[in-house]
Amino acid sequence: MSLLWLRFALGCYFISLIYAFVALTRTSVLFSRIALHAASLGIVFHFVSLTELFLSGHVVWASVHNSESLLAFLSMTFFMLIYAIYQTTSPGVVVFPVVFFLTFVAAVDEQPVLLTQYVSNKGWLAAHIFLIFIGYAALLVSFGASLLYLLQERRLKAKKSTSLISFLPALEVIDQIGYRSLLLGFPFMTLGLLTGSVVAISTYGHLDFLDPKILLSVLMWAVYMLMVFTRWNSGWRGRRAAFLATFAFVAALAAWVANYFSAIHRFAAS
Amino acid sequence: MRFQLIGVNHNSAPLEVRERLAIPESRLPDTCRELSAYPGIEEAIVISTCNRVEIVAHTTNGHADLRGFLHDHFHLTADELDAHLYEFREKDAVRHLFRVASSLDSMVVGEAQILGQVKEAYATARAVGTVRGQLDQLFSRAFAVAKRVRSETAVGSSSVSIASVAVELAKKIFGTLEGKTVFVVGAGKMSELAARHLMAHGCASIFVSNRTYDRAIGLAQKFNGQAIKFDDLYNTCDRADIVITSTGAPHAIFRREHGEQFLSRRKNRPMFFIDIAVPRDVSPEMGKLDGIFTYDIDDLQQAVSSHVADRRKEAELAEAIITSEVERFEARLQTLDVVPTIVSLQDHLETIRQAEIDRVRGRLGQMTPEQEIAVEALTRGIINKVMHTPITTLKTAAKESEATTVVDVVRRLFNLHDKEKEAPAPDKKNEVGSSR
Repeated sequence: MSLLWLRFALGCYFISLIYAFVALTRTSVLFSRIALHAASLGIVFHFVSLTELFLSGHVVWASVHNSESLLAFLSMTFFMLIYAIYQTTSPGVVVFPVVFFLTFVAAVDEQPVLLTQYVSNKGWLAAHIFLIFIGYAALLVSFGASLLYLLQERRLKAKKSTSLISFLPALEVIDQIGYRSLLLGFPFMTLGLLTGSVVAISTYGHLDFLDPKILLSVLMWAVYMLMVFTRWNSGWRGRRAAFLATFAFVAALAAWVANYFSAIHRFAAS
Repeated sequence: MRFQLIGVNHNSAPLEVRERLAIPESRLPDTCRELSAYPGIEEAIVISTCNRVEIVAHTTNGHADLRGFLHDHFHLTADELDAHLYEFREKDAVRHLFRVASSLDSMVVGEAQILGQVKEAYATARAVGTVRGQLDQLFSRAFAVAKRVRSETAVGSSSVSIASVAVELAKKIFGTLEGKTVFVVGAGKMSELAARHLMAHGCASIFVSNRTYDRAIGLAQKFNGQAIKFDDLYNTCDRADIVITSTGAPHAIFRREHGEQFLSRRKNRPMFFIDIAVPRDVSPEMGKLDGIFTYDIDDLQQAVSSHVADRRKEAELAEAIITSEVERFEARLQTLDVVPTIVSLQDHLETIRQAEIDRVRGRLGQMTPEQEIAVEALTRGIINKVMHTPITTLKTAAKESEATTVVDVVRRLFNLHDKEKEAPAPDKKNEVGSSR
């Protein structure tokens, strides 16, 4: 049943996805409103799906698809939060495709599961997943914002008359969205990694820093910290910030992919 | 009607060319004087704004070499300049001037500033004495036409102007303008207007800097701002989010190295430069820096071009007004040409009548008041009856091409040659008023 709701949500997200592609070429107030309603409805379905999963009692958070669904849900919630504050749907251009992709994968039946049978402390594991996913969601939005910043900067520099009417919010607003997401995500990411380490240590007794999962996670965290630092210290934005954000995002993706190679954080078909 | 007009505008010439032709306000009177001393030119007015440089002249034969004047004055060859020039004569010159004053030829059609600028040009030329009867007529009419266009069409209704476009752009960069700081470099009319718009949209504070410190203080006081010595410009500028610059400096005053300094001191927070100076104050190199957004006068034109379409319809209406006004002006000018002749003809006959009455008085001795009145009425009646047909003929002829011939014949018949030249120019205006 949970899967059915998730597929409803997927349908709604699909409408938002189309918006994401259309918005890049032309501005339509009507369409962005439709996309917004579709996304809201999608979130509701998604929430129902997750709640049902939770209430069913045999929730396996370490299941890849459940966690992907959770990540998609958190990202969408983040997007809505930004909409509530800034009244702009433009981050959707980046967020919607990712959310759609995650939900799509999660809505497929085959479920590889993380090898967590040795994990002794389930509470720490749940905390780890939640924290790190909020961090991911924030990183995703921040990455999206830095791309939008570049786009808007281009438009303003190109001095086209169309720069007056575009779906993009003001440059400073995009900058704020990116920076605030970054600041908000950082503690979650840090705590997520710490709880992950606690889980790893309690399970294996030590941390293997040469393991690709841990190596990439640390790398991602380091870039994340570098982004926060350069921004705080010398106000990096625009091209340089986008470069760092892309790097952090790719590192995050790589860390995710590492689940398939890591000795300690491995997926396996259930 | 021997009007001639030559010039360049934002359509005919790129900014680079206009920069070379721009005449600073301080040199306008001299240029006017030079012009009026140029062969074939009787009266002249120079209009120099950031979007156009135009010479309007009344010439002796309608074929003065205005191109030659431009070549000499700006030390430019025909190759460099002529491709960008437009030149109008007589009716076309009148039409063009009417269109300029009515803001139909403006970069932003309908913007209100141009009328003020044309009025200033007129006042300057008048002050140095290069405007007399003909251009006076022309410009007074142009101002009236502009007023009519403004009141009868919606061309100037929506608030699209350089200043409001600048505000829109600033909002695209900063979101809200609340709490932003504006820096006005070069205390000119246009920068003041832009600053006023920005302050009205929430900007919190303002700095003003000018080569002449007193003018900076004057403008700063208007906005409760702070005047900055020109020497401190580079040390203070990074505190501003929006810089409006319009100095008369011949070279860019903001260069790449300045931009880099500002950005590092502001921790890369973006800056918006509105460069309304011609020649430009901000070097194109500086505009390439990340975080510096520069819009010069041509960029602003592009930004507002989207609004132009909305006004096209109203502009058509305005063009119709202009066409009818040009006809009217032309007709009036030609009537004007016969007026002095009619006046001197009347004067001539009146002199004869008075002389004859005096002679009769001498012969008859003192007349009774009744007789005086009777003689007066009799002579006046004869003269009026005789004069009626010639005057009507003159007025009718005035509206046709043969006017000059008829006028010539009348003058010769009555030997009126000298009187016309004595007629003082300023009085012509009144004569026109009464002859209508």
